[in-house]
Amino acid sequence: MIADNIVHFARVLRGAGMAIGPDRVLAALAAVELVGLQRREDVHAALSAVMLERHEQQPLFDAAFDTFWRDPKLLEQMMYLLLPKISGRGDKQRPPRANRLAEALSVPKAPEPPNPANQTAKEEVQFDTHFTFSDRERLQKADFETMTTAEYELAKKLAEAMPLPVEPVRRRRHEAASSARDGGRLDLRATLQRMARQPHTLTPLYTRPREELPGLVVLLDISGSMDRYSRLMLHYVHGLMRRALRVHTLTFGTRLTNISRCLKERDPDVALKLADEQVQDWKGGTRIASSLEEFNRLWARRLLGANAALLLVTDGLDRDEHGDLSAAAAQLHRLAHRVVWLNPLLRYEGFQAKASGVRALLPHVDRFLPVHNLASLADLGAALRSAPVAPHSLLH
Amino acid sequence: MSLPLPESVDAVIELLAAENYVCDRQLATALFLSLKLKRPLFLEGAPGVGKTELAKTLARALNTQLLRVQCYEGLDVAQTAYEWNVARQMIEIRLAEAVHEADRETLSRKLYSREMMIERPLLQALTQTRSPVLLIDELDRADEPFDAFLLEVLAENQLTIPEYGTVVAAEPPITLITSNRTREIHDALKRRCLYHWVGFPTVERELDIVRLKAPGASERLYRQVVEFVQRMRTLDLFKSPGVAETIDWTNALVALNTLQLDPASVQDTLGVLLKHQDDLVKMQNGDTAKLLDELRAKALL
Repeated sequence: MIADNIVHFARVLRGAGMAIGPDRVLAALAAVELVGLQRREDVHAALSAVMLERHEQQPLFDAAFDTFWRDPKLLEQMMYLLLPKISGRGDKQRPPRANRLAEALSVPKAPEPPNPANQTAKEEVQFDTHFTFSDRERLQKADFETMTTAEYELAKKLAEAMPLPVEPVRRRRHEAASSARDGGRLDLRATLQRMARQPHTLTPLYTRPREELPGLVVLLDISGSMDRYSRLMLHYVHGLMRRALRVHTLTFGTRLTNISRCLKERDPDVALKLADEQVQDWKGGTRIASSLEEFNRLWARRLLGANAALLLVTDGLDRDEHGDLSAAAAQLHRLAHRVVWLNPLLRYEGFQAKASGVRALLPHVDRFLPVHNLASLADLGAALRSAPVAPHSLLH
Repeated sequence: MSLPLPESVDAVIELLAAENYVCDRQLATALFLSLKLKRPLFLEGAPGVGKTELAKTLARALNTQLLRVQCYEGLDVAQTAYEWNVARQMIEIRLAEAVHEADRETLSRKLYSREMMIERPLLQALTQTRSPVLLIDELDRADEPFDAFLLEVLAENQLTIPEYGTVVAAEPPITLITSNRTREIHDALKRRCLYHWVGFPTVERELDIVRLKAPGASERLYRQVVEFVQRMRTLDLFKSPGVAETIDWTNALVALNTLQLDPASVQDTLGVLLKHQDDLVKMQNGDTAKLLDELRAKALL
């Protein structure tokens, strides 16, 4: 009877997105047997010790446990209602890959002449920036177009060849090396093994510190003024994740959302669709200062360990009167190994840092990547390849 | 020789209380299960809530050895599990050469025997005659390859040494792992453990802890201190003070002969509670006064 109930309870939690395998169900049975059924809090503690994996799951578990203790049937109905919100790991609805499929099936067309509309768009950029930000919160969806075949191919190629915004860091873990250069050490164990195999010879073997790419945290501004770059940047980040980098991605507009799990999906269209569903504040206002503060407080210590770098993608146009952007940026700079700021609005002759947000951010970044008129992944690649601008040279 | 283990959750609470460790029932249940099911206990939580202290207390209470692995980046087998005594091996080779011993088989067996091995905490934990407490402290500070290396020890209580063979524990260690969550530990490792999040204690429990760990203050001051710190944890501070900080603060106030909290005494000792400049500034800019007013409103001051 108890066994049935626990199996049922586990199944409900699994439906809600928690990874509870049969091994945990068995452990749960053993645990409940040990603590006995006399006290409800003991059963609760025993089951949570066995079934939880991280602290964030506790509220969901508690709610499920409370209801289950009262009425297992009711719980099932409630979980059903909860499901759309917590479908992180459960069955995902796969959006159609309309564009790529349709193109693959259609007859190839001759390339179209350049569209004059694109050229006027260039002039509008400057205009846009002045009027599209606000600190009103608008809950909105992004509705990304699915990728075309050409885009998909290009994105795949660029993701592999695109220069990274970060440089490798030297780790304290060592790997085998041929000589003692670059901080190498004598590997006594390996040398001895060699000697045991070939007596009367001495071939010293060495190690050297391993160099690897640090983790990367991407903070992506998705407010109205950045709207046209969101899709592009998400594709770039998705590509980075495919390159075995530890990448975490958070979006911010009026609130901060962690979309790393959405972007783990292999197919870029599906990943973007999931991210679109998760994020609530597309094309809304910007609160850079409070978003950075929140990131520092809640996420920085969890994500910026082991020399991780931070890639900040924003235009620096802030309408946040309450926050102190300079202080938040300074703290972020102290927490991250390196801060790289990619600004998609600025690169033209005679650029001067005038906007107060830009002036507040510039002293606290290690590398500044201004990109004017970022229209495609290829533009982004070129910007990453170009010589970096010293952030301080822009402040007069 | 196996350890006499507590037979119920209440017995665990009593056992720890005898060693001055106040623990809530949920943590006691997790610990009880970990002892009974012989699974490692994974403790996560903010710094200064008593995760490491639990392992130390448990070793004292069970009267057994505490073996500790303090984690840091680049930690490897040589520092945590075993290392070959290369100097002795060299002498052995030299001796073999001197007497013209040609049998390589014998030499290699001699070179990689148990005597040539220097045992580090993980291997020591598997070779004791009485189950030790194995504390793997701040695992989040080690890098990911180390997580993977731990899997065999945690799940099977054994260690495979390529040159030597597999060492299986006769008396498996009681393993406690702590993490401050500066990175996410891999699910494969968590799956082999019982999980418990160590949160901040309730007012009453924190009072019990402070009375035990920082004797010498008046009952009134204890209550003021605990209420003040508990209220501070609800502010948006960069680093909320842990229980360890509450204990330190009480000790500091006692050392300064403070009878009750006032703006000046709080101001002078705030550095004991808060270790970040931003937090200090935030508290000095009016939050201290506000919190003291609240205490006064509750008739605690």
